[in-house]
Amino acid sequence: MAKSIKIRAKEKGGVTTVKALMTHPMETGGRKDKKTGKTIPAHFIQEVVCKHKGNTVMMAEWSGGVSKNPYISFKFSGAAKGDDLELSWTDNTGKSDSMTSKIK
Amino acid sequence: MSNEMKRRIFLKRSLAAGSIGVAAATGLLAPQQVLAAWNKAAFEAKELSGALDALLGSSDMSESADIKVKAPDIAENGAVVPITVDASIDGVESIAIIASNNPVPLVANFVMGPGATGFVSTRIKMGKTGDVVGVVKAGGKLYSAKKEVKVTIGGCGG
Repeated sequence: MAKSIKIRAKEKGGVTTVKALMTHPMETGGRKDKKTGKTIPAHFIQEVVCKHKGNTVMMAEWSGGVSKNPYISFKFSGAAKGDDLELSWTDNTGKSDSMTSKIK
Repeated sequence: MSNEMKRRIFLKRSLAAGSIGVAAATGLLAPQQVLAAWNKAAFEAKELSGALDALLGSSDMSESADIKVKAPDIAENGAVVPITVDASIDGVESIAIIASNNPVPLVANFVMGPGATGFVSTRIKMGKTGDVVGVVKAGGKLYSAKKEVKVTIGGCGG
């Protein structure tokens, strides 16, 4: 599986700003296929976890209300340039992916 | 008992349970969930107060001027509405983003770690015009701020 996550983390003045993009259809389960009239089954990311040195800095729980190919951004302090930052997601079908990136 | 009657009782029960304990009702009716941590009850609640009760244990919140919800005044495409919640409160534990008029109002809940600041930005879907509410939990209390977003084309329907 191709990597579905892009992360960019930048440290400035002690605060690290993390920006991440994930590739995911984010189906709510409420939409219908226009041609067949069948409901498209729900398929969305439920949980996103971001870790720095084994500590969870941010954990997000989502519904299908987050846009397709989700984007998140948040800030945290206590990291230095060159540290590893790991971000992973799990969706409602049990699939998951993770990615590690260095803080710049 | 006819099927119609059963259905009525079922509906009645699920409605009644909805206002008191969403957690119990959805927990019993829904199939096993994949993730143990994911708060199914909160994310399936159709009402704002029910969602907050299930998620944070309370829906009692006070409006705060220290929270800024940044969102466009008019969203041309409801499928992608950029939302930023910036809270200048100390000790932020979690930030929930709620689109009050969506079929599932609770869109996302971000649990912040010890070092994280009260800032989060993402993109959400909005079914129709309504308030976007940012609910921030800090020091065991809930604070909120909201902003109305006008949606010209909904992003939740089909």
